[in-house]
Amino acid sequence: MAQLTPDQVRHIAKLARLRLSDEEVAKFAPELTSILGYIEMLQKVDTTKVEATAQVTGQQNSLRDDVVWDGLASRDALLGTSALPIVDHQIQTSSAHG
Amino acid sequence: MCTDALPGRLHPALPMLSSLTIGQAHQKLRSKEITSEELTRACIAQIEKVDGTLNAVVHENFERALEQAKNVDAKGDYAHPLTGIPYLAKDVYCEEGVLTTASSNMLRNKDYIAPFDSTTTKRLKAVGAMSIGKVNTDEFTMGASTETSCFGVTKNPWDTNCVAGGSSGGSAAAVAADECLFALGTDTGGSIRQPAGFCNITGIRPTYGRTSRFGVMSMASTLDTIGPMCKNIEDLAIVLEAIAGHDPLDGTTSHEAVPPYSKNLKTDVKGLKIGIPKEYFIPGMNQEVEGAVREAAKVLENLGATLHEISLPHTEYATPCYYVLCPCEVSSNMARYDGVRYGHTVTQPKDLLEYYERVRSEGFGPEVKRRIMIGTYALSAGYFDAFYRQAQRVRTLIKQDFEKAFEQVDIILSPVSPTPAFEVGKNSSDPLAMYLEDIFLSSQVMAGIPALSVPCGFSKNGLPIGLQLMGPQWGEQTILSAAHAYERSTEWHKKKPVIA
Repeated sequence: MAQLTPDQVRHIAKLARLRLSDEEVAKFAPELTSILGYIEMLQKVDTTKVEATAQVTGQQNSLRDDVVWDGLASRDALLGTSALPIVDHQIQTSSAHG
Repeated sequence: MCTDALPGRLHPALPMLSSLTIGQAHQKLRSKEITSEELTRACIAQIEKVDGTLNAVVHENFERALEQAKNVDAKGDYAHPLTGIPYLAKDVYCEEGVLTTASSNMLRNKDYIAPFDSTTTKRLKAVGAMSIGKVNTDEFTMGASTETSCFGVTKNPWDTNCVAGGSSGGSAAAVAADECLFALGTDTGGSIRQPAGFCNITGIRPTYGRTSRFGVMSMASTLDTIGPMCKNIEDLAIVLEAIAGHDPLDGTTSHEAVPPYSKNLKTDVKGLKIGIPKEYFIPGMNQEVEGAVREAAKVLENLGATLHEISLPHTEYATPCYYVLCPCEVSSNMARYDGVRYGHTVTQPKDLLEYYERVRSEGFGPEVKRRIMIGTYALSAGYFDAFYRQAQRVRTLIKQDFEKAFEQVDIILSPVSPTPAFEVGKNSSDPLAMYLEDIFLSSQVMAGIPALSVPCGFSKNGLPIGLQLMGPQWGEQTILSAAHAYERSTEWHKKKPVIA
């Protein structure tokens, strides 16, 4: 059974853009290990020649007419939900490079 | 806010207006016996009376609802059964100008006010129903008890030491306690059916794609469904009919015609073939639950249905399958909460990466973090085939189990949950124990089929027990009609809790 170490938990958290305290790492490592142990039972199922299901009702390529429409909310209304400064109808974030 | 609610011209012996079903309220509105404003005020009065105990309502929208009710009354046209009917929406349905926070600190701290309507609330608005507020849910609908909500747990109206279930626990408690005439829930892995069963109300998870997910905050996009929670089956049919159908804003909705569910309810069940899956009745299961569900099967048999033992061999894999697919899709859907376009924010980050990490670590609670991490792990290089792809293949096998079963039978009957409602705190320290709450509820999700919960009895401690009926894809009418026949022969759904 997969045993997640604290370092692996920190690595996964980093990939997921989460910052965990040492207490959280200590709590999550055994919890995630037990969940992974549980879902590992799927490996027992023989799925050779079984197709994967992604769209369960078989719906395919749902397209609409290629017509421009206004959308449900104005651009400014959408910008209005941001907590960050708005400059020239754009959201200003911190620099990606510090 | 107004609490001088109950209008003088009503006879004092009349039952509380908010306890009416949609069908009953509609008759009274049409005959001008009551107004929508009176009905709305009655719901508000009941919320003010009992919600301090239950903690179901997390955002109030009373003034706006009363204004809408007055407009409806001024027009005086109650032709549609939902015109003038007040309801509560789970805290993940976006409504223009109204707080929607997914019961998460990620959105609560910034008090997210949606700039647009979900298709479902829009359709309800169009026929004149009023949303009077938002009800509690597990954070971003992740949980089976509302204990992961940033607003705290919703108590079960039948026993306030117990949970109302989840994730649509606020919806279920509010309907059971007559705080509204109906509520909207979402069901990704059982989140409508389980709380409905725990609170003695009805709830339906429709076929995937029967109702539009647009404007409802996503958890797991290939599994999420939205549906109503009501006081009886007729009401369930009325609401489903109003919200179902193709939506250009949700590409997974179907063009399949929506039958007039509520008009077709009164068929009998003579000759209806009901499958009883042996995998759902296992040694050691709760005797009261098994007894109530077998008794319900007998009621349907006495009405002319025939019972057939069937097998759904991959049942045991459905919940582990769910707990691969769901967290993988969660890890992807939750990526949008980065503190840029909406939600929680922090000040003076060193750089953008630190901003993301601090926003997400402060905004998300432990269950959301667990699912994001399980999903991130399962989707990472080298693990994708072993987890996600394998789960998608097992999903196919579960779906095929049902396709084979529905060649022999018309509907399938089972318990909703392995036990009645559990005590607050019992499972909250053990995530895996909480996941096992879903064992009878995950297979239908994998197969994309409709399933409903209808009251079928009580434990000796006075806690409700739910009966689950499942149909083939697009077979909502068959299970609604069978459940309606069952309801016509039983009184369970009429029982009301006394709230301490």
